[in-house]
Amino acid sequence: MSTDSSNVPSSADVVIIGAGIVGNSVAYHLAELGWRNIVLLDKGPLPDPGGSTGHASNFIFPVDHSKEITALTLESMRQYEKLGTITTCGGIEIARTAERVEELKRRLASSKAWGIPSELITPERVAQLVPFVDPSIILAAFWTPSVAVVDPLQTGALMREQAIAHGALTVSANTEVSGISTERGRVTAVHTDRGDIATDRIVVACGVWSPRIAKMAGAHLPLTPAVHQMMDVGPIPELASTGTEIAYPIVRDMDALMYERQSGADLEIGSYAHRPILHAPDEIPSIEAAALSPTQLPFTQDDFDPQLEDALELFGSILNEPGAGVRHAINGLLSMTPDGAPVLGESPEVGGLWSAAAVWIKEGPGVGRMMAEWMTTGTPEIDLHGADIARFYQHQRTKHHVIARANEGFNKIYGIVHPREQWASNRKQRLSPFYAREVEAGAEFFEVGGWERPHWYESNRPLVEEFGVPDRPHEWDGRWWSPITNAEHLAMRERAAMIDLTAFAQFDVSGPGALDYLQHMAMGQVDKAVGRLIYTPVLAPNGGFRSDLTIVRLGDEHFRVITGGADGARDAFWFRSHLPDDGSVAFADITSAVCTLGLWGPRARDILTAATPDDVSNEAFGFGTAKRIVVDGVPVLALRVSYVGDLGWELHAPFEHGQRLWDAIAAAGKPHGIVPAGIGVYGTTGRLEKGYRLMGAELDSEYNAVEAGLALPKVKSADFIGKEAYLAARESGPAATLCTLTVDDHTSASGIARYPQGGEPILARDGERIVDRKGRGSYVTTAGAAPSLGAYLLMAYLPPEYAVEGERLLVEYMSEQYPVTVARVGRTPLFDPDDERMKS
Amino acid sequence: MEVLVCVKRVPAPGAKVPLTDDATDIDTRYLGHTIGPHEECGVEEAVRIVKAHGGSATVLAVGPPEADEQLRYAIAMGADRGVLVDVGAAELDPEATAAAIVHAVGDTSYDLVLFGTESADASHYQVGIRVARALGLPIVGGIKGIDIDDGAARLRREVADGVEVYRLPLPAAAAVKEGLNLPRYPSMPGRLKAKKARIDVVPYTPEPGGLRKVRLRQPNDDREEAIVLGHGADAAPRVVDVLEQIGVIT
Repeated sequence: MSTDSSNVPSSADVVIIGAGIVGNSVAYHLAELGWRNIVLLDKGPLPDPGGSTGHASNFIFPVDHSKEITALTLESMRQYEKLGTITTCGGIEIARTAERVEELKRRLASSKAWGIPSELITPERVAQLVPFVDPSIILAAFWTPSVAVVDPLQTGALMREQAIAHGALTVSANTEVSGISTERGRVTAVHTDRGDIATDRIVVACGVWSPRIAKMAGAHLPLTPAVHQMMDVGPIPELASTGTEIAYPIVRDMDALMYERQSGADLEIGSYAHRPILHAPDEIPSIEAAALSPTQLPFTQDDFDPQLEDALELFGSILNEPGAGVRHAINGLLSMTPDGAPVLGESPEVGGLWSAAAVWIKEGPGVGRMMAEWMTTGTPEIDLHGADIARFYQHQRTKHHVIARANEGFNKIYGIVHPREQWASNRKQRLSPFYAREVEAGAEFFEVGGWERPHWYESNRPLVEEFGVPDRPHEWDGRWWSPITNAEHLAMRERAAMIDLTAFAQFDVSGPGALDYLQHMAMGQVDKAVGRLIYTPVLAPNGGFRSDLTIVRLGDEHFRVITGGADGARDAFWFRSHLPDDGSVAFADITSAVCTLGLWGPRARDILTAATPDDVSNEAFGFGTAKRIVVDGVPVLALRVSYVGDLGWELHAPFEHGQRLWDAIAAAGKPHGIVPAGIGVYGTTGRLEKGYRLMGAELDSEYNAVEAGLALPKVKSADFIGKEAYLAARESGPAATLCTLTVDDHTSASGIARYPQGGEPILARDGERIVDRKGRGSYVTTAGAAPSLGAYLLMAYLPPEYAVEGERLLVEYMSEQYPVTVARVGRTPLFDPDDERMKS
Repeated sequence: MEVLVCVKRVPAPGAKVPLTDDATDIDTRYLGHTIGPHEECGVEEAVRIVKAHGGSATVLAVGPPEADEQLRYAIAMGADRGVLVDVGAAELDPEATAAAIVHAVGDTSYDLVLFGTESADASHYQVGIRVARALGLPIVGGIKGIDIDDGAARLRREVADGVEVYRLPLPAAAAVKEGLNLPRYPSMPGRLKAKKARIDVVPYTPEPGGLRKVRLRQPNDDREEAIVLGHGADAAPRVVDVLEQIGVIT
């Protein structure tokens, strides 16, 4: 039922606020999945309520380095195709600089990894495809024939129509939301100028207004409206004569951070090169007060002027046409988030409040389907960990952080962003108690979850010579990297290293229901003797990975959950949202109360023995156990565990004792040649040699425990989330298995050794893409050095026919192919396969 | 031919003109600025006259320093240079505006001085006449056609029952009206030229006194909302009803 009447329904199963491409798609897909009593509101008129959907440039370049974003885009293209609202025109990304040529080669690898036909083409070919460009300023270009233009307003209208046809949807345009009621932390009603709607689920799909709406419920959506300038220049006879909206491929002038596309008789020019221009959601004018639309603000010419010259340089032959003028120019608003990714999922702050914000036209329909699946089954088909609203820690949801990162991120939209590139703004948010010592040791800090973590230490530079570690000859491969990491690794394997792991997120779980609760959350057997610890996957309802973490049994009814800093916020929300409501389990996030120092290496026991009066011999303190010990007067919870595969402990202490703990271990370790080591060792080299998986790299909800090689010999009898799917996966066997590969020859055509960085496609020997029976392509999940093996390792999921040790394959990196060999199938590590060092 | 076009920087609002809280001014925080449609025709005409007859087109604005933006827009359309009579944030009445223009023109002699027939925001219909009188130039308002030949301007304007044609010996002035021509959009090379063009700034302190605005008032919004009459052929009877109601068909 559709209505233009003045009142909204008094209750709904879900209220979707915002009738842009995202809101319409959420409504449609919820209806498809069987939801009824859906209400879709917008304060503006239909079909164009005045948000960003109405003025977007509407083109889709499918290739992105992110698997997640590309998957959302491809799914969206399928939907646009199905609805007949897509026009394929092809797209060209041009390089004016040598650095950009390299980036285009990297894009080529991404296109192959995600299965999108693309190729590098010459300037002459560009001029054939788009006869108006000046090929003399182009060095090379990246051609994607499937690039297309879509009509998101028509798409939205069709989606509404179909949802209405299901009898599932009531649409109420020109309806302004004035408030959202909550009770006990959950939404209960939406208040509008056409009445109140009782509901326990709300989807905020309000684009640039989303933070304002979410705030009504007490939630913080970390995004800010930002200006993207665009103008239409015409009429241009060569374009007008095509008699169609778009007849020529879209050109992205990547180095100028601009694009040019035909729009009927005009050439539309858009820019991401101007200064960041941010607005507050409350500043966006009303529909009546806006000259064009609320999200089309007055054009600020000065900001665009430098881009005019770039555009004239490339498209001079038609832009100089007499009679062609600037017919339309706007400061269009789009949403910027702290990390550039969307903000999707249920808010950790307010139950029942779902965010579907910061989404581009190219992802809108796909996001709608994923949101609907997520709300219905608990797991969207596409893993969305990079877009999950729960990924943000509290400080990352503040306006302070959002503004800082949006300002810094705006010019990265078309920029060349190194996969390890660090943010510069709003750093030093979370500092471990070891920070001062780390600064003294010349730490190079990388950020995770707002924590400053040493990635390597300049004070260890002499080790590079001591261990004879070679540098990486190519600047790109060595950017945000140091040979010191490999040297620290070798020092750890030979002597010992201390590693700051304070960024761990830690939860204390206690109470009479604690064991049952954790049994329900974890795949592994949690019911172990007090003092034991386990490493366990945490599965999503579909049997894919939600997390992997350590659980320590501290008492009969007392457990410690320890997880990575990158995923700590998501994990905290996941665990909290599954707490039983009978009060039998107490959950405390104690991350800020605990610091952690890792101590590993063959000398670790000698060092710890020197620092503690407690017995830390193998007999007294075996592998996989936890003990409370005292180090130089500091009470420490020591865990005999390792992510780097060497003898040693995680030492957990009250935060304020941290510096004393550091000093004690450093002093005790000095005679043994201890070195501080960075996360480069912990997260990459040490981990890779041991074949340990990383959440967000090897592990995500698209792969199951059997495929990741993490299935356990026995399935526990207790029920747990994802169990059914896990049992089915054990039954059906892996469609692909996680393998470790060695790079056999690093020499590029130019004779320089090159090092893949992760994300590259793994190809069959004939250069063909490898795809498993579920349609997933094989790509490098992690790449890194294995200094103790003298090898460079890649991890990748391979279908059974390729997951054979000794199988020779290829990896494509920067448009060249390098031979690789499958060295391990499954979990068994290449280094110390029997774990003798760790368990000694 | 030396042609002067006078333009005014005005806000470019949407359907509703937002007012400041004290209702003394338009709230321009989220608005862009522009020149009125009559003045846009004036600029276009000046550019065409200069192209046909040689000489140069100067565009002049009385206003705040930000009026630079409107001058450069006019230059992007093809004017040669700009004069900004900087009166700060003060809002001048027509008499003071005319005085400011006369001050800035000084001894410069223009063959033709063009105004918009009324400003887009205040609509006083006065500035052109006041300036022309002060400069001793003949002027006709409401002009929708200009031909220059033989040292004279032939001006046309539409009146209720026909067209009036005037012949003014140059130098002369005219207040022009939308419909005079179809103004061009600024070209991209024009924009780049405008960026670097010379704008002469003439500081001017208006005489005290004159008209003072007390406050602005929004007219009552009695517009009806759009009503969907139906879809497809089913809507036809209701459309007919409405057409009958409003007297389009009987």
